[in-house]
Amino acid sequence: MSIDIGGRKLTPTGEQPPVAQSALSQVTPAPGTGRLRAAARAVRRGYHPYAFIAPSTLLLIAFGIVPIALALFVSFTDLDLKGLGDHSQVRFVGLENYTRLFDDPLFHRSVLNTVIFVGLGVPGVLVVSLTVALLLNTATTRLFRWLRALFFLPSITNIVAIAVVWGYLYQTDYGLLNQLLSVLHIDAVPWLDDPETSRFSLALMAIWRGSGLNVMIFLAALQAIPTEYYEAAALDGAGRWHRLRYITLPMLRFAIFFVVVTTLIAWLQFFEEPFVLTNGGPLDATTSVSLFIYKTGFNHFEYGYASAGSFVLFLIIIVVTAIQFRSRRAELDA
Amino acid sequence: MTRPATRSRRNERRATALVLLIGGLLFAAPFLWSLSSSFKPRDEVLDVPPSLIPDNATWANFARLVTELEFGRYLGNTLVVVALSFAGLLFNAMAGYGFAKFRFRGRNTLFFTVLATMMIPVQVAMIPTYLLLNEAGLTNTRLGIALPTLVSAFGVFLFRQFMTTVPDSLLEAARLDGASEARIFFRIVLPLCGPILAVQGTLTFIAAWNTFLWPLIIANDQNLYTLSVGLSLLRGQNSSDYGLQMAGAVFMVAPVLVVFIAFQRYVVQGFTTSGLK
Repeated sequence: MSIDIGGRKLTPTGEQPPVAQSALSQVTPAPGTGRLRAAARAVRRGYHPYAFIAPSTLLLIAFGIVPIALALFVSFTDLDLKGLGDHSQVRFVGLENYTRLFDDPLFHRSVLNTVIFVGLGVPGVLVVSLTVALLLNTATTRLFRWLRALFFLPSITNIVAIAVVWGYLYQTDYGLLNQLLSVLHIDAVPWLDDPETSRFSLALMAIWRGSGLNVMIFLAALQAIPTEYYEAAALDGAGRWHRLRYITLPMLRFAIFFVVVTTLIAWLQFFEEPFVLTNGGPLDATTSVSLFIYKTGFNHFEYGYASAGSFVLFLIIIVVTAIQFRSRRAELDA
Repeated sequence: MTRPATRSRRNERRATALVLLIGGLLFAAPFLWSLSSSFKPRDEVLDVPPSLIPDNATWANFARLVTELEFGRYLGNTLVVVALSFAGLLFNAMAGYGFAKFRFRGRNTLFFTVLATMMIPVQVAMIPTYLLLNEAGLTNTRLGIALPTLVSAFGVFLFRQFMTTVPDSLLEAARLDGASEARIFFRIVLPLCGPILAVQGTLTFIAAWNTFLWPLIIANDQNLYTLSVGLSLLRGQNSSDYGLQMAGAVFMVAPVLVVFIAFQRYVVQGFTTSGLK
């Protein structure tokens, strides 16, 4: 029995026992110096998988796991610009940052704004993307393929470029939207200058941007529905509405769930649109929780306080997602 | 008897196409409007009513991006970030291979950890990641800008899924021939991954080109700004120069548009499987 071959056999295949263990069992019967050499070879073999996974895994841990722990740790301190330069200046303040958050009117405001954005955005994205997908699914001609690409385009376009363009469209005096409205003799709308309107304007832009991706997800799901279902329903005399209501929508249940959860998580983190377009204004009407965190950290340099905000947002996202999954499970069980 | 039915079906399809065309036009309008406006001279861009097609089309706005503003430099910085993220793509492929084709202690735990990082919201990691890079002395460096998004858990996952289909016998044969593990990976495994590399490569380019949050946070020095941060700065500093702003936007969007048209199939496939933005 050649150890060499054994050593080679160990490494790659799926069904074999882990390298470290089997290396030992292979090595034991071999006598003398051959044993040592074989062991060395087995150890070297054992390194390979770690060498392959190390760069990605270490980076993902450094930028995926460590930050959450660090945010929690820093949120109990008063870390600021001074403390950043000299760690001895940093004090532990217990839950002070958290109690301050719950008394901060701007944080309350940002939570409320985020809830409004989610309330506008999630149903908006769902309705627009589902409608477009259902219409696009009616044919597969070249025209429809081009339209599909067109609806997708905003999803891969840089957010700053989008915000710059929409900022011009929304401009009160020269913007295209108000110029079109004036043709219809409708008064100019203060798209970004009025607190109530500006939230709606940002949401509209984000719905435009976010729908295309979900159109693709719905189209993929629609194409997976077996045509036999529709044929059987047609034989039974089911009309278009009934087919939509009793076949299409139930078959899309998972896709709808997926879109709602991912859209919800994305909109809870609503950041770039208000950052570029309104910087949270007017009168903080578009300051989302993420923007609040950004400004606290990078404009006021209160890293401890900002970390507390980050952690609260993290908990909100986890709780909301968990509720979604639970309600889906309840739905499946029913 | 079937004839009226097919005719009504055809009319229906036409109506659907019409509704979609109008919707498509509304979706495309912001792009077309910015393209048109980017070629307008300063006074024409503020015309009431506006001209749909520029009367006196000019490249002046684009020229000013490079001469008066630092868009040439921003472009260079963006390309550095793109190049670095392709190194990240290689790391993803390596990790995918490691998780797919080797058995080793801690594999399942590590793979689960990798997947778990997908659930961490970016905005939550913003402050601590900055603090982390600051401790490492990497703020205000190009590496620091690229590092937080260099590798992607989803990329690792997709590579792993794909590489489990590479037959073990192929790797065995190469090992018996005395090929080193690195050689096997680069000469046998990677060339088999063409389709997934195309998808991931396209997505990597688009994500790196569009990157905004990290350069915004990590780069204080304007010399390190990427295009998106530079464009954001332009909007703040030239708030009423819409022709210039639109030229900046077109400058950013055009390359992605070209890549999208050329690799549409891969882009759509990649985004629908990942469901990521």
